[in-house]
Amino acid sequence: MLTSHLGYLSILTVVVVAVGLAGAIIALNWLLGPKRKNAIKDASFECGSEPVGSARHRFSVKFYLVAIFFIVFDIESVFLYPWAALFRDMIVEPGVGWATFGEMFVFIGILGAGLAYVWRRGALDWE
Amino acid sequence: MELTGHLVLDTVLWTLIKVLGFLFVFVLGTALVLTWLERKYSALLQNRIGPNRANIGSFRLGGLFHMMADPIKMLFKEDFTPTTPNPIMHRLAPYVGLVPVLVVFAVIPFGPTDQMQISALGVGILFIFAISSLNVYGGVMGAWASNSKWSLLGGLRISAQMISYEVAMGLSLCGIFMVYGSLDLQSIVRAQGQVLFGFLPAWGLFMQPLAFVLYLACAIAENKRAPFDVGEAESELVAGYFTEYSAMGFSVFMLNEFVEVVMIGCLGATLFLGGWQIPGLVEGTTPGMIALQIAAFLLKALFLVWLQLTIRWTLPRFRYDQIMRLGWKILLPAALVNLLVTGIVLMALDRA
Repeated sequence: MLTSHLGYLSILTVVVVAVGLAGAIIALNWLLGPKRKNAIKDASFECGSEPVGSARHRFSVKFYLVAIFFIVFDIESVFLYPWAALFRDMIVEPGVGWATFGEMFVFIGILGAGLAYVWRRGALDWE
Repeated sequence: MELTGHLVLDTVLWTLIKVLGFLFVFVLGTALVLTWLERKYSALLQNRIGPNRANIGSFRLGGLFHMMADPIKMLFKEDFTPTTPNPIMHRLAPYVGLVPVLVVFAVIPFGPTDQMQISALGVGILFIFAISSLNVYGGVMGAWASNSKWSLLGGLRISAQMISYEVAMGLSLCGIFMVYGSLDLQSIVRAQGQVLFGFLPAWGLFMQPLAFVLYLACAIAENKRAPFDVGEAESELVAGYFTEYSAMGFSVFMLNEFVEVVMIGCLGATLFLGGWQIPGLVEGTTPGMIALQIAAFLLKALFLVWLQLTIRWTLPRFRYDQIMRLGWKILLPAALVNLLVTGIVLMALDRA
C-alpha cells in the first residue's frame, strides 16, 4: 500500500521534471529568439500563394469510423489484460481451469465476430 | 512504516537522482545523438557523406558536434505562430507531446533490484499504455491549431493511424502477460531469467516471436516514422502536422520522435530481450554485477534503436490505405490468433 503511494510520488516527480523541462525550453526560446511579426510571415503556408478559404475543411467520415472502432476494440482489449496476467495461475486451479480458458475465448470470439462484421461491411476499406 | 515527511523527501531525492541518470543522461542523451546519427547513418546507407562540418577548433569527430549546434541554433530562431484562432494551443502542442513520452520511462526497469526503476508501479505496462496514448494529442493539437490545410491533412492521418495501431499493439502484448503472468515490468524481466530446453533464455523473443514482430510494427507506426510516416510525408504534405512550426516548436516535435525511438527500444528490450538479464547470470546484488546488468539493458535498448534506424532507411513509405489495411486486417487478426495459440499451448503445457 505504502510502496505504491511512493511509486505515484515518483511518477509525480517525473511529471514535474518533464513539465519543467518543457517550460524551460519555451522560456529560453522566447528569451533568445527574435520576435519580428509581419502579416505575410504569419499567413499559413500554402506553397507560396495566398491561403484560399478556411483550413477547417470537411473530411472523410472514414476517420470518424476508425475512431469509433478504436474505442470499441481498445476497451475490449483492456478487459483482456487482467485475464491475461492471471491466466497461468488460474488454469492450474482445479475446477476453474477450463472455465478460465473457455470464457475468455468466448469473449475473444465475440471480439473477432465484431471485427469480421465491420470487415464484411467494408468499413475497413479505404477505396 | 508510516508516511512521514522524511520518507517523502527521501523518495523525491532518489527519484531525482534516477531521473538525472536514466532519463536525462541515457534517454535524452541518446535522443540528442540520434538527431545526428540518423542523418549520418542514412548517409552511410545511401552512399553519401552526411553532416560533417560542425567543429570545435580542429575537432570534427565526423560531425558529431551537429547534435550540439542544432539545438543551439534552434533556440536562437523565432518561434512564430501563424494567424490562427488557437495561438496558445499551437504554442503548447509540441510540449503536450513531450511530457508523456518522457514520463513513460518512469516504469522501465533499467537494472536489477527494485531500486533500478524510477517508479516501482505494480501496473507497469498499463501505465505505459495510458500515458503513451496521450502522445497523439500533441500532434493532433498542433495540426488543428496550425490553421493550415497541410497540417489538417497530416493531423487526420496520424490520429487515425496512431489509434489503429494502438489496438493491435495492446493485443499483441497480451501474449506476453499470459506467458509471464504479470503486468509489472520488473517481474516480467525476472521471469525471463529462466532457461528453455536447457539452452535458450526464456526471453519474450523466443516465447512470443510473432508478438515481437507485431510489437515492432505497431510501435514504429505509432511513432509515425517511415515506413509509416504518411502524417508528415515530405513529398505529399510539405511537413504534415508540423508544417507551421519553427524554432524549438519544430525541434521538440523531432525530439519527441527520437525520445519515442528510445522508448520503443527500452520497452522492447524489457519485454522481448530479457531486460537486464544476461544468460547464465543471476540477479546482481554487488555494485559490479548491477553495473554490468544495467549495461546489458542499455545495449539491448540501443540494439533496437539501431534496428529502427535501419528499418526507417530501408523500407519505402506505405500508402495510407495500405497502412490501414495492415493495421486492421493483418496485424489485429494476427494478434488475436497469437493470443489463441498462446492460450492453447499454455493449457497443454501447464495442465499436462
